[in-house]
Amino acid sequence: MGYADAATSSGDAFIDRARRLAFLQGGATMTLEWIFRIVEQYWPMFLRGAGITLLIALIGTVLGGMIGLLAGVVRTIPCPERGVKRYLLKTINFILSVYIEFFRGTPMIVQAMVIFYGAALAFGYHMNPIIAGVVIVSINTGAYMAEIVRGGIISVDKGQYEAAQAIGMNHIKTMINVVMPQVIRNILPATGNQFIINIKDTAVLSVISISELFFVTKTIAGNNYRYFEAFFVVCILYFIMTYTITLILRYIERRMDGPDNYVMTANQIDTAEDIKRKNQGM
Amino acid sequence: MEAVIDIQGLSKSFGSHEVLKDINFSVNKGEVVTIIGSSGSGKSTLLRCVNLLEKPSGGKIIFNGENILDDKHDVHQYRKNLGMVFQQFNLFNNHNVIGNCVVGQVKVLKRSKEDAEKIAMKYLKVVGMDAYVNAKPRQLSGGQKQRVAIARALSMEPDVMLFDEPTSALDPEMVGEVLKVMKELAGTGLTMLIVTHEMEFAREVSDRVVFMDKGVIAEEGTPEQIFNQPAQERTKEFLKRTLK
Ligand SMILES: Nc1ncnc2c1ncn2[C@@H]1O[C@H](COP(=O)(O)OP(=O)(O)OP(=O)(O)O)[C@@H](O)[C@H]1O
Ligand SMILES: [Mg+2]
Repeated sequence: MGYADAATSSGDAFIDRARRLAFLQGGATMTLEWIFRIVEQYWPMFLRGAGITLLIALIGTVLGGMIGLLAGVVRTIPCPERGVKRYLLKTINFILSVYIEFFRGTPMIVQAMVIFYGAALAFGYHMNPIIAGVVIVSINTGAYMAEIVRGGIISVDKGQYEAAQAIGMNHIKTMINVVMPQVIRNILPATGNQFIINIKDTAVLSVISISELFFVTKTIAGNNYRYFEAFFVVCILYFIMTYTITLILRYIERRMDGPDNYVMTANQIDTAEDIKRKNQGM
Repeated sequence: MEAVIDIQGLSKSFGSHEVLKDINFSVNKGEVVTIIGSSGSGKSTLLRCVNLLEKPSGGKIIFNGENILDDKHDVHQYRKNLGMVFQQFNLFNNHNVIGNCVVGQVKVLKRSKEDAEKIAMKYLKVVGMDAYVNAKPRQLSGGQKQRVAIARALSMEPDVMLFDEPTSALDPEMVGEVLKVMKELAGTGLTMLIVTHEMEFAREVSDRVVFMDKGVIAEEGTPEQIFNQPAQERTKEFLKRTLK
């Protein structure tokens, strides 16, 4: 039997509860005080941490998005019936699916360790942790985005693809001018989601000592032995970041959809039929 | 007369299902040819084989004197010469009306944006959609969409226009506006190959009518021959069923 068990079992339950209550009441004001003190004293550190988190998440989402788009385009190239190109395409597609399945199927925290320490082992020096972070988040996001993009491409109806082919566009031109702009619009909500996930998930990068928001908070909490207060502050910070992004993305979506009405150009209004229709209507 | 498209012994199978068997026919310059026949007889497949959206299983497609099924011919180059209008319109949803007519000209034919817009406007006028240049496809009715789709194909100034049941997906009151445009086009000397279920229209505009049945061309001739004195029993039956 341990010392702690002995203490609780022999302690007076009533006094114990009363003491705890008193501590909590005093603690509440203390806690509030500590929150302000931590914000006041450490806001530059929080801000720098938030900056690094945003930077890694943003670059990671953008690069990951590009990886996903590229993978999506390649994976939808119609397969030639024979020849070298067929085998080349099959090989590339195989590598792509290994990549996607592998990075979707392993935790990012583990990938971070493997890549960071693997690189140290292979090249004998530590990568700049922020660059390592961007690489890990990009590769990881790319794997998810590749699947999202593939879904987005499938959702653009085949008729438009055929219509583009019928006016002489090849696969790449069709993708760039017809399919991808629609895919990007379609996957925007999913991309925003991924961005938000990335902001939260960069927290795991603290394992390779990147001074992002979570890492900074751990340091601050440890220095003052104030865990609840420090993490409460950072909780709010994370939420402000993610919610701001949600709002920005909504705005972009609305902008991309354009106005609900179109403007008729003037000459139509002058046609005899229209005038007649108008007169009859009155 | 000079044949623009000459199809020789064309066949097409999907797996073991032989959809087209030994098709032979040609379209001359300036001619309007309509293809009629019951559902599933292979009309769409034939049209899609002509512009290689489906790869024929055998035979030849001679375009301006060359067999485009030879390996050396580039599919994308060849398709510039053909305009296609689909049953489901298939407008590009990310472009507005004029964008639909411009994008192919700029990206495929390498025309300047200004030239392309001028040409697009010209053909949008032809189909009566020039007032809607800023509209997005989702803001148009079916008939309007189809007219834009026709303008998009015309803007590429192809040698031949292919139409695959352009009015079949339309509400009855919109069929007329599309057929009217097509009649006008037929009057301009444009070479047209049209799959249609509109028998009145076929009789009126066609120089030649092709009747397809179960993957073969059962009969072809002038509209008078096909509609008034069909030689084949199955043609008679089909017409009896559809005209009544
Ligand atoms: N991609 C495909 N795979 C397998 N079979 C197909 C495919 N496309 C068409 N077919 C078959 O080919 C036959 C001819 O089809 P097609 O669409 O050419 O007929 P159609 O004459 O255009 O008919 P409709 O008047 O209904 O449009 C049908 O039996 C159809 O099921
Ligand atoms: Mg059909």
